[in-house]
Amino acid sequence: MTSTQTWTAAMPDDTVGQTAFINARLLDPATDLDTSGGLLTDGEEIADFGPQITADSVPDGITIVDCGGHCLAPGLVDIRVQIREPGEEHKGTLESAGRAGTAGGVTSIVCLPDTDPIIEDMSVVEFVARRARKIGLSKVYPYGAITKGFGGKELTELGILAEAGAVAFTDSNKAVADATVMRRVLSYAATFDLLIVQHPEEPSLAAGAAMNEGEVATRLGLPGVPTAAETILIERDLRLLELSGGKLHFAHISTGDAVDVIRKAKARGLNVTCDTAAPYFSLNETSVGEYRTFAKLSPPLRSEADREAIVEGIVDGTIDAICSDHLPHDEDSKRLPFAQAAFGGVGLETLLPVSLELYHNGFLSLNQLLAKITVRPAELMGLPAGRLKKGAAADLTLFDLTQGWKIRADELSSKAKNSPFDGRLVQGVVLRTVIDGRTVYTLDN
Amino acid sequence: MADDSLDTKRFPHRHLLGIEGLSRDEIALLLDVSDTYVDQNRQVDKKVSTLRGRTIINLFFENSTRTRTSFELAGKRLGADVINMSVSDSAIKKGETLIDTAMTLNAMHPDVLVVRHSNSGAVQLLSEKVNCAVVNAGDGSHEHPTQALLDALTMRRRRGNIEGLLVAICGDILHSRVARSNILLLQTMGARVRVIAPRTLLPTAIENLGVEVFHDMKVGLKDCDIVMMLRLQTERMHGSFFPSVREYFHFFGLDYDKLSAAKPDALIMHPGPSNRGVEIDSEVADDYSRSVIHEQVEMGVAVRMACLDLMTRGIGDDPDQRNL
Repeated sequence: MTSTQTWTAAMPDDTVGQTAFINARLLDPATDLDTSGGLLTDGEEIADFGPQITADSVPDGITIVDCGGHCLAPGLVDIRVQIREPGEEHKGTLESAGRAGTAGGVTSIVCLPDTDPIIEDMSVVEFVARRARKIGLSKVYPYGAITKGFGGKELTELGILAEAGAVAFTDSNKAVADATVMRRVLSYAATFDLLIVQHPEEPSLAAGAAMNEGEVATRLGLPGVPTAAETILIERDLRLLELSGGKLHFAHISTGDAVDVIRKAKARGLNVTCDTAAPYFSLNETSVGEYRTFAKLSPPLRSEADREAIVEGIVDGTIDAICSDHLPHDEDSKRLPFAQAAFGGVGLETLLPVSLELYHNGFLSLNQLLAKITVRPAELMGLPAGRLKKGAAADLTLFDLTQGWKIRADELSSKAKNSPFDGRLVQGVVLRTVIDGRTVYTLDN
Repeated sequence: MADDSLDTKRFPHRHLLGIEGLSRDEIALLLDVSDTYVDQNRQVDKKVSTLRGRTIINLFFENSTRTRTSFELAGKRLGADVINMSVSDSAIKKGETLIDTAMTLNAMHPDVLVVRHSNSGAVQLLSEKVNCAVVNAGDGSHEHPTQALLDALTMRRRRGNIEGLLVAICGDILHSRVARSNILLLQTMGARVRVIAPRTLLPTAIENLGVEVFHDMKVGLKDCDIVMMLRLQTERMHGSFFPSVREYFHFFGLDYDKLSAAKPDALIMHPGPSNRGVEIDSEVADDYSRSVIHEQVEMGVAVRMACLDLMTRGIGDDPDQRNL
């Protein structure tokens, strides 16, 4: 984009007065509010909102932001983001994630535990939370690891980590492979009512795989992982969940079979939820093209039929939430033969416009779509976010719903540029991001 | 001192394999006789000749110091000849099976075999192959009847009655024979039982045993008369049952904060040996206004004397028993 992006860190000590956002299209997916009006913040909270708040109704002395008729919605909640700090700051930092996040309208990030050291100790939980507060951009809530060193054998101190602030637990991009360990994980977590998030991939079927198994992989001569690797692990874990009780969430599902299995499990009343990531409903395996490593993701981009089934799962509610699955990499990790390149793509800044395709293409209403990236993921993680509510934190995003632009990886504001959406034309631009009543990001068109 | 009626009463079972199958009256009889031995054990002269001429073999396939010593002392104070055999380090290494060992010992005409084994059901199997009485001193995760009896004796002497007590059993229920025997005994005697543990340390369908299940100590201990802590075996301290000793103690270790949820005069019990700083705080374990852990050990000798006494009363009366 040729326009100017400006970030202003919001420090907790900065005084914050009252601001009136007027002339907005107010959207609150939790209550399906979609109306013209305004919103008034007082300090860090939402004081009032509705059609009654207009330029005329606002008393003097209050900062007024004219929204120009654009959409004012709760800030986005992205529940799957790798930050890389501490440990791999050359790939990404809390500050770079905060800049990318706020540029994408994301006000709350739940970050994966695969930092160095791993988030399996309360001191790292506290470090991440404290650093993010000092940076003053997107709010960061950490996941804790499920097993020590992601080794899949010994549990981390789930209870103590949860008390320290870990919102849920995952071994990130490793599945807990041993069935007995997974059973005990679910059972132990249920003791404290904690959410376990599984990367659904049977590791023995995925060993050495670089992309989805199928015709494209065969033509490219690349080793593939079958969709069954996802289904097998999900089916197994659902059986274990029935044994153990507890709460289980499958991250970034990518296959039609997974949608089917989870749909049936939900119908049976199991306490299971899932999300998908933006690439899995917007791209398919052909994006790999001529060995484009930016399209090397885990799970891999699947067939067109799987992509369509993921859209269907989002529409019918089987898929609860959409995340970015933001995974920053430096160039050295991607500029490699396809089989050797690292998995993952950045996505914080493109989560909103790519997700809006589901609205623009007529699959979901605007509020239904926004629910998948605001209130629903917040509910899954137990975060006080994702709603327009009096007294709630004033975490907001103002966006132009229709403006078109072209995603260019090298223009992204995150430190890493490995976007699978490079070159994609999208509609929807974040104009302003507000966190705790303070404007932290603006775009001057 | 023992009154006449207690002296002549008979215990209607040949073996004591578990609490399961014992009636309320039978348990009460065992406790009544135990009371008389508590008195005897506090005398200067602790020895009688009730079991003079009888032979007791303590057959321990699993390491134990406390239980074996307690049984040994019980037999000796009753005047019996007591032999200790630790089989784990002799016969098994030579390839002898459980039944071989039982038959060998049986040929020596013991009157009572006191048996501990790491496999559930092993003591019962052995009892089917010998002519003498068999006392289960703990089999696997199944039963430990004399522990439940000594716990009951401790409670009854402190509280007057077991009926109506609210007892919380806390910790590793999954692997605990003490918990299973206590649940059976306490329910038979009319107490209410709660179990408190992380879900990973609770066996499947435990609620079908009639206990109330809790995962939060302060919630589960509310209004309890008795707080019974279980020992966490060291081999379970690492792995996937729970993450660490620190976390276990934080959520399930008995300290004053958690204990404050129980009745102000709630008794603290532990089958021993306790892991201080793991399942119980040192201060709490040593609080003699509340902790009856040492009293449990004292009751243990008396209960085992009562068991040995009652189980040998019929010997010689029944010709079949000698000639199986």
